[in-house]
Amino acid sequence: MSGRSLNHLGLALVGIIGLAFMFLAPRLAELDTVLDLTIYMIMAILALSLALIWGYGGILCFGQSAFFGLGAYTYAIAMFNIGESTVPVAVAIVFPAAFAALLGYFMFYGRISDVYLGVITLTVTLILFNAVNSTAGPEFHIGSARLGGFNGIPGIPPLNLPFSKGTAIDLEGMFYLSTAALLLTYFGLRWLLASQFGRIIVGIRENERRAELLGYDPRAYKLAIFTIGGALAGLAGCLFANWGNFVSPTIFGLAQSAQIIIWVIVGGRGTLIGPVIGCIGIQWLSAALGANQPSGSLDLWSKIFANAPLILGVILIAFVLLVPKGLVPTLADLGRSLLRARRNRKHRGLEPQQAE
Amino acid sequence: MTAALLQTRDLSVHFGGVKAVDNVNFMLAEGELRCLIGPNGAGKSTFFKMLTGQLEPTNGQVLFRGQDISHSYAHEIARLGIGIKTQVPSVFDGLSVSENIWLAASRFHPTAGARRVVGEMLERTGLTDAADRVVGQLAHGQRQWVELGLVLATDPELILLDEPAAGMTHEEVQKTAELVREINRTKALIVVEHDMQFIRMIAKKVTVFNRGSILVEDAVENIMRNPLVRDIYLGKQAVA
Repeated sequence: MSGRSLNHLGLALVGIIGLAFMFLAPRLAELDTVLDLTIYMIMAILALSLALIWGYGGILCFGQSAFFGLGAYTYAIAMFNIGESTVPVAVAIVFPAAFAALLGYFMFYGRISDVYLGVITLTVTLILFNAVNSTAGPEFHIGSARLGGFNGIPGIPPLNLPFSKGTAIDLEGMFYLSTAALLLTYFGLRWLLASQFGRIIVGIRENERRAELLGYDPRAYKLAIFTIGGALAGLAGCLFANWGNFVSPTIFGLAQSAQIIIWVIVGGRGTLIGPVIGCIGIQWLSAALGANQPSGSLDLWSKIFANAPLILGVILIAFVLLVPKGLVPTLADLGRSLLRARRNRKHRGLEPQQAE
Repeated sequence: MTAALLQTRDLSVHFGGVKAVDNVNFMLAEGELRCLIGPNGAGKSTFFKMLTGQLEPTNGQVLFRGQDISHSYAHEIARLGIGIKTQVPSVFDGLSVSENIWLAASRFHPTAGARRVVGEMLERTGLTDAADRVVGQLAHGQRQWVELGLVLATDPELILLDEPAAGMTHEEVQKTAELVREINRTKALIVVEHDMQFIRMIAKKVTVFNRGSILVEDAVENIMRNPLVRDIYLGKQAVA
């Protein structure tokens, strides 16, 4: 019972902080800060998509960036062809989901083992990277949208209010939209994981063979959760293409796919809020380190601290070795043991009185 | 003679040159309780794996109420009504006891029904006090009970128990025997066990496996008296 009320408290806390952040940030911060915060929100949705399929579904997908990139490219291509954003947004979610479903069908129904699943998903995103990267010529176009190859697609038209082409969403609007999308994704996933479907997914992660012997078909459940993960990554990709009005093949690249996994490892698998915190924290840190470029004085330490990949690498290794469960689960464990220690002390304090 | 609930015809599985189970013709009537004994490596657990779809037979057939299930998936067989408690408890270690049983119950019962079944099973297996504990932290004997609760919650027609009394104290063994007899009032069971005292508490008919084949099949008293079985498989304690 106390576990459940703690759970509700956590949900309420996330909701209040999330809403407060959403309405206060644009009023208190400069526009360029709001622009930075927007990308954090978008990437946090991407982090949640992997938190779902890896942390809860037990599927280690090294190529979550494939669905992210497909979402971004699909939006861009559909937008140049249609010009009004309602349908492109829908397609940018549905197409990556369908691609995930197809890929997932072959992986799960083919009984591919976990390790190979990681290899295959990584390969898929790298194939997409190479394929899109080599479409630079004018002969590569879908309708009126040129793929642009390694140059990417610049000048992607922005989102508009559903079915009204004239009312484009501005930068502040993008912040509201991205934050709202993140909050909706978070609470939607909390609901999903508390449902019968979500509980069965966790059961399959815990013991696939037992789930089978109880009459559940793990292949179908894994396919479903993988497809949902693909759809969420696609949504993040669609928002990303809007944020910079630009998309390039690096979105499919190794750095991007590795980053998503790092967010989840640092934040903690088996939680939703952890990967969100991991994602925002690491992006903030990368930005802070990147801004710290030494201009004049070049002593060793300022050089080292200006090297963002180096610092991030050290952080990742430190987490894997010292905090393997990730930030949020470790803090939760710590809190629980502190509570228990206090309770024990109370009990011990009572004993002498009872003896009297 | 009642109709056969489960029947195997020339059931075999070979791992390379090793014939783990070799031409087994086995028959279980509706509502029957059968014990399966035999030395380690006799093929009992492998036999169970073929009955539940965890292993595909090389040859032969498994028929459940006349339906060929030799090449069915494990989840399809489970849905037909065969439940198994495996030798090493196969449970959801990271989840609580009640969540474990709920996962089993919710496959066959709608939401409210599942909650009721969880309460019933907790009581029946004596786990009500441990309902919120994480299964991975429980003692071996208790995890056996959790798995038994899981299997019972799916309400199967045929229950396979692979060494249900292993790692249990004397009282727990007696409690398990009682439960097995109680289950047998409505369901058929096949029980693999080494503990001869346990076998004596529950058994009517016993099948002895040896080197992948059925050595002998008889009433429990005759098996106990059978010199071949007694000398080789039961050891001296059973004679006393």
